Amino acid sequence: MSTAVAPVEGSRTRSPLTAFTNSWASQIGITVAFLALWIAFIVGAPTTFLSDRIYLAFAQTTPYFAIVALFLTMVIIAGDIDLSFISIMSLSMVGFVFTWQATGSTELGVVACVAVGALCGLFNGFFVTIVGIPALVVTIGTQFLFAGLTLVLVNGKSYPLVSTNSSFAYGLLAGKVGTIPIQFFWLLAMAVVAWVLLNRHRLGQNAYVTGDNPQAAQLMGIPTRLTRTMLFVLTGMAAALAASMNALSLNNFYPNIGSGYLLPTLAAVFVGGTSVFGGRGTIYGTFLGAFMIGGIQAGIVAVGLTDYYTNFVYGAVILAAVSVHAVLQRRFE
Amino acid sequence: MSGWEVALQLELRGITKRFGSLVANDGIDLTVESGEIHALLGENGAGKSTLIKIITGVHQPDEGEIYFGGRRIKDLDVHRARALGVETVFQERALADQLPLWRNIFMGRPVSNSLGFLKVGDMRHATAELMGESMGFTSAVLTPNTNVKGLSGGERQGLAIVRALHFQAEIIILDEPTMGLSLKETEKLVKFVEGIRAAGKSAIFIDHNIFHVYSVSDRIVLLDRGRVAGQFQTSRYSLNELMDIMREVAATGAYTEQDRYLQGRGTSEVTTVSSEERA
Repeated sequence: MSTAVAPVEGSRTRSPLTAFTNSWASQIGITVAFLALWIAFIVGAPTTFLSDRIYLAFAQTTPYFAIVALFLTMVIIAGDIDLSFISIMSLSMVGFVFTWQATGSTELGVVACVAVGALCGLFNGFFVTIVGIPALVVTIGTQFLFAGLTLVLVNGKSYPLVSTNSSFAYGLLAGKVGTIPIQFFWLLAMAVVAWVLLNRHRLGQNAYVTGDNPQAAQLMGIPTRLTRTMLFVLTGMAAALAASMNALSLNNFYPNIGSGYLLPTLAAVFVGGTSVFGGRGTIYGTFLGAFMIGGIQAGIVAVGLTDYYTNFVYGAVILAAVSVHAVLQRRFE
Repeated sequence: MSGWEVALQLELRGITKRFGSLVANDGIDLTVESGEIHALLGENGAGKSTLIKIITGVHQPDEGEIYFGGRRIKDLDVHRARALGVETVFQERALADQLPLWRNIFMGRPVSNSLGFLKVGDMRHATAELMGESMGFTSAVLTPNTNVKGLSGGERQGLAIVRALHFQAEIIILDEPTMGLSLKETEKLVKFVEGIRAAGKSAIFIDHNIFHVYSVSDRIVLLDRGRVAGQFQTSRYSLNELMDIMREVAATGAYTEQDRYLQGRGTSEVTTVSSEERA
């Protein structure tokens, strides 16, 4: 019954201040959470979190999942999900090693790697938007499909990549700028690209509308299939880029290169305030979220817990972040 | 005959739409002239929504022909319909709650350069102007960046209507626009619909309640179980007469007394389903 009652005029509190905080609430929230967590790390493990070594380590390791998380954020904003990116990392690297072995060119290998990543995203997008299967189911399927195909193609073998170290591509993807690992600059660049696409491009506009109200998107003539497919393609390319950076840096490609990245990537997105229900999320949030997750990983070790706690903590963090956002969203609407 | 057709903004001939074994629209004929307010009345399931979705290009009919300005349009889709000047006020169902006003105004056709990069400043500016001039949003706390979720039902309605007007609509379709509106907000809506007629544009006003449409419509089209059960020039009928007719249609699925309508139109354009056809 109460739903039919019109709201009483004036009962809504509208002041310029609440208008400001409403539009910036999630950004302010994630920033406060980030600072609080970091202060806790510094207080709890000062020797670890006050040394520059840990920050140099973050600058190298966080981008591997943060770059994927940036584009995964856009997929989730549009109302989909991609759980296959860890296997896209493996399969795209098969494209790398085959091309690299055939041509001797590391650069061409990277191009092939990113191309395979894009194709994997296209494959996901086809099953989600044309065949019409929920993204969750499709990408669980392709997670196994791509991983299985990788094992078949390379016979389960690893490939040492030491001889790529002198290449231009190595310097570009796994080198250093001064003392700072170049991966960090890739993350910054990708964050700018993702922010512009999401906030200043038709793709992002259509992604937000598609995730917020799919029915409205259809009625208003938004190309929802194209939009969603494009986002899967971008996520596939991001996974491929991250994989090539990771493999070049390790001087090695092994078929399960993506394993271990599923939880931190998802956690970065959800801790960053992206709604599991679609229509809401920011690049800024995911960027900070990624460093929070990286910090948690280092923090687990720094406070003396074994590495076995990592997955347990990630799982708890994902559940907590998603629950907090769901409850806050309901409370304030 | 052909001269008369040119004045028509929209003509539907024999539109049939099936969903599996369900026939949602069964041979519907409908004409809309410039400066005319059509009311489409019918119970839930009469086929109103399906017909609207065909006119707006969301659904494609299984049979039948669609003419805009006398020209047959095949393969009508949402973009084509919009280019032809069809705008729909789907009420709040076509708003994205978590997005700011400016993104809602420009939903589906943002202002952008050739590479697809948005001209956000232009869109915010245009939204601010529309809010002041057309929507009557004078409150300082409502800005183009305000999210839609904080708006009242009337404000949402205003947003949806202004969105339609902004894009130079020729035919504005109002899908149950009075739903959830207060009396005062409904009065505002009626004023807006009268403004459509004054501007020489036409409107199709969908409702299930004759009280909402009687005062504002030029013609009432009665839908029943996917068919046009009768068309009436509103000014020639009293509210009570129309209610009697609607009762008859609801009971029998057809309205048989056509005399007055024929006198009024003087044409053979009547599309009334007789009881023999239905039997």
